[in-house]
Amino acid sequence: MIGLVMFSFVVALAVFAWWIAPNDPNRTAIRMRFRPPQLDRVLLLGTDNLGRNMLSRIVHGAQLSLLIGLGVVLLNSVFGVLLGAVAGYFRKLDGPMMRLADALMAFPSILLAIGIAAALGPSAWTAVIALSVVYIPRTARIVRASVLVVREMEFVQAARASGAGHWRIISRHIMPNCMAPLIVQLSFIFAYAVLSEAVLSFLGLGAPPSIPSWGTMISEGRTYIREASWLTIVPGCAIALTVLGLNLMGDGLRDVLDPRLKIEQG
Amino acid sequence: MAAQPLLSVRNLRTVFGTMQGDVTAVDDVSFDVVPGEVLGIVGESGSGKSVTALSIMGLLPQPPGRVAGGEILFEGRDLLKLPKSEMRRMRGSAIGMIFQEPMTSLNPVFTIGDQITETIRVHERIGAAAARVRGIEMLEKVGIPSPQRRIDDFPHQLSGGMRQRVMIAMALSCSPKLLLADEPTTALDVTIQAQILDLLRDLQREMGMAIVIITHNMGVIAEFADRVAVMYAGRIAEEGPVGRIFDAPTHPYTAGLLSSTPDLIGEVPRLRTIPGTLPSLYELPPGCRFAPRCGRRVEACEAGRPATQEIAPGHFAACIRAREGASA
Amino acid sequence: MSATSPAPLLRVENLTKHFPITAGFFVKREVGRVRAVDDVSFHIAQGETLGLVGESGCGKSTTGRLVLRLIEPTSGKVEIEGRDILSSTPAEMRELRKGMQIVFQDPYSSLNPRMTVEEIILEPLYVQGARPGPEMTRRARKLLETVGLSPNHVVRYPHEFSGGQRQRIGIARALAPQPRFVVCDEAVSALDVSVQAQIVNLLQDLQEEFRLSYLFIAHDLAVVKHISDRVAVMYLGKIVEQADKASLYASPRHPYTQALLASIPVPNPRLRRPRARLTGDVPSAMAPPAGCRFNTRCPHATDLCRTVEPPAIEAAPGHVVACHHVASIPAVSPLAPQR
Repeated sequence: MIGLVMFSFVVALAVFAWWIAPNDPNRTAIRMRFRPPQLDRVLLLGTDNLGRNMLSRIVHGAQLSLLIGLGVVLLNSVFGVLLGAVAGYFRKLDGPMMRLADALMAFPSILLAIGIAAALGPSAWTAVIALSVVYIPRTARIVRASVLVVREMEFVQAARASGAGHWRIISRHIMPNCMAPLIVQLSFIFAYAVLSEAVLSFLGLGAPPSIPSWGTMISEGRTYIREASWLTIVPGCAIALTVLGLNLMGDGLRDVLDPRLKIEQG
Repeated sequence: MAAQPLLSVRNLRTVFGTMQGDVTAVDDVSFDVVPGEVLGIVGESGSGKSVTALSIMGLLPQPPGRVAGGEILFEGRDLLKLPKSEMRRMRGSAIGMIFQEPMTSLNPVFTIGDQITETIRVHERIGAAAARVRGIEMLEKVGIPSPQRRIDDFPHQLSGGMRQRVMIAMALSCSPKLLLADEPTTALDVTIQAQILDLLRDLQREMGMAIVIITHNMGVIAEFADRVAVMYAGRIAEEGPVGRIFDAPTHPYTAGLLSSTPDLIGEVPRLRTIPGTLPSLYELPPGCRFAPRCGRRVEACEAGRPATQEIAPGHFAACIRAREGASA
Repeated sequence: MSATSPAPLLRVENLTKHFPITAGFFVKREVGRVRAVDDVSFHIAQGETLGLVGESGCGKSTTGRLVLRLIEPTSGKVEIEGRDILSSTPAEMRELRKGMQIVFQDPYSSLNPRMTVEEIILEPLYVQGARPGPEMTRRARKLLETVGLSPNHVVRYPHEFSGGQRQRIGIARALAPQPRFVVCDEAVSALDVSVQAQIVNLLQDLQEEFRLSYLFIAHDLAVVKHISDRVAVMYLGKIVEQADKASLYASPRHPYTQALLASIPVPNPRLRRPRARLTGDVPSAMAPPAGCRFNTRCPHATDLCRTVEPPAIEAAPGHVVACHHVASIPAVSPLAPQR
């Protein structure tokens, strides 16, 4: 519940960024450099080394983080589900597909993302693609595991006995019963994607400097960490809030969607 | 009853806390077991027969389950008032228990020898070597071929029937006076079930212990038990000597249960059935819990809980019409 | 077979299924085979019930699924109303499936928890190309009535029902495409006794009403005796004995059938008596014993049994036994009263 509130808050920031932001996140004002956060409508979060408004940059950064997170989740829910369903249902394809997934998962995930992002050149789309490549095998594994359980259930046999084709069995009988773990997994992937996007941007492999990004902000603020610590602390807190909110939300979803846990709590 | 009871359960009430409130799984159940006898508890799902056994053993999953009232007297001492450590000592030494699932009741990472000697050494101060010798003896007693070799096997190397034999060996290794057997043969094939029931009977005669066997199978009761308690929706409907229960059941539920069991010997064109379904413990009918399904129901059945009456010596029934003669 | 017996609805000949056991990381190679069903033959006439009994792992459930071609057989022949189902194309198969349905054991996992009762019952018809509409809903309500449930239950979900009611829903689903043949795979085994009797009676009523043929697979010999016309006994993938119900239970010829009947606890305390018991366990289907598969547990086994597989012989009209010593073993039922 708390997770949902925290995440909704971040979503609201991103959606209403144009109204919340006091001014253009990229407008520099040299005379206004290094203003610390203070109780002021404009200077609530201070300004950075170029005099850019931190509040504006944070809310616009939220847009980027959430868009990239959403992109990764969408690609995962299409390709991860497809690959997982195919691997779990068609046993002949299972071995080769899962070995490939193992190979992808054997790389440290952030290194793999960095490699892909570096090869494709820095951009927001690159980040989405790189992070999707990293997380799709994980999603596929989760989906495959649920499919393996559900496909052995007798109602699937019953559908087969009625002459239902593979597509109908997968879409009507198997997948609706695999949704609970998938939704939980996707909320965690959203959190990982937000975190990893920050890392990529921090390394200069994410969005170009013209788009405000929490990772870029931390990276730029690092130089002034002694004199103007808010330059790193504020975006750091934004990332932590978002990721924590998503993780709590994932746990909450798991409790709601998994009837077994519900009984134990009762 | 002439003999002093070994186990005496008095007004046992066990409840489970759920999200929809407390559910009474065992409601005011009383029965005695005298030394050396076999009491069968028979019932369908939700009758409370397994919960009764777990309550006696102090093995209820807590929470959500708890004993809310009554006494469980074993040799005159109330097990519910024993300190935890003493109850632990009681389990396995004075009271043994075997379960339905021989697959999951043995720990897969230890050899059966480890598990059986551990049970012995928890209760008796003897050395590892002596415990192993006793373990081999026990395995031999329960009919495991070449026990010297088998004692070092892991559970997965044994068949289901063999595992149940090992469970019996463990339960009996400290010569308990009472054995609780909760559906001991339900997971087994019929030829293996027959072997295990024979084995239990032989051991019972040899060691002189009492057995409480819990089952849903009327056949197992008829072959194995001296006395029967028939449970329905958390209460005992009828209790008596096995011959009387099968020949002259007085509770309509017992009669219905017997006539809806297909028979191997006779030939009926159509099975008699009990209409309706088992009641949910969340919405129990007032009065007699069997009343909504009962063909002999009268208005008074719904008024209150029917008193338990002694129909014949040692034969009790909780039915207000029990004395009107046995139903067909 | 006598000339008066009706032409069989289902004919199964030499049906065999071996499951390969593979090993290897990259290249799978076969290291052994589970001989789940081996050279099984039987037939079922219209309106008839064949009971198929045996202990767990004997291959009875696999046989049921092979007959419906839910599993592809290794070899053999299955004909329904004269049409060979194993050589049918997928399109022909879909058409044939209307005529053959299955009722499962587990009332919990056999219904899709995300579908309403109406969707579950009508699914076989939608698969065959029917389109949802008021006419279909009427049909679902009718089917629910047929199996003894309230027609208003169409909008409910499976979790709102008890085990027995779920089993009725499963039966309604099997009846939807108006089949002539239904496999009941342990259809009443998971139910409580008082509910089991209701479902057995329902199955018998439906058989009479719709002239259904059943392959009734179960491990409970008493239920099988009650519902079947003929009974086949399986052991380790083989049918060891097959006969009409009366002669199988009154004068079983195969030592395994005799032992099985002797093992059943009879719900009558006056029949309590020591009986001959089978010793030992069922051998693994991966390495079945040579010769007769029952020889390791058989009290009558000879060297012949340990080396040569016994052929199925017709010991009496319609009574087929696969035992070398069928002539010398007395056909006494262990159930007969012994005074």
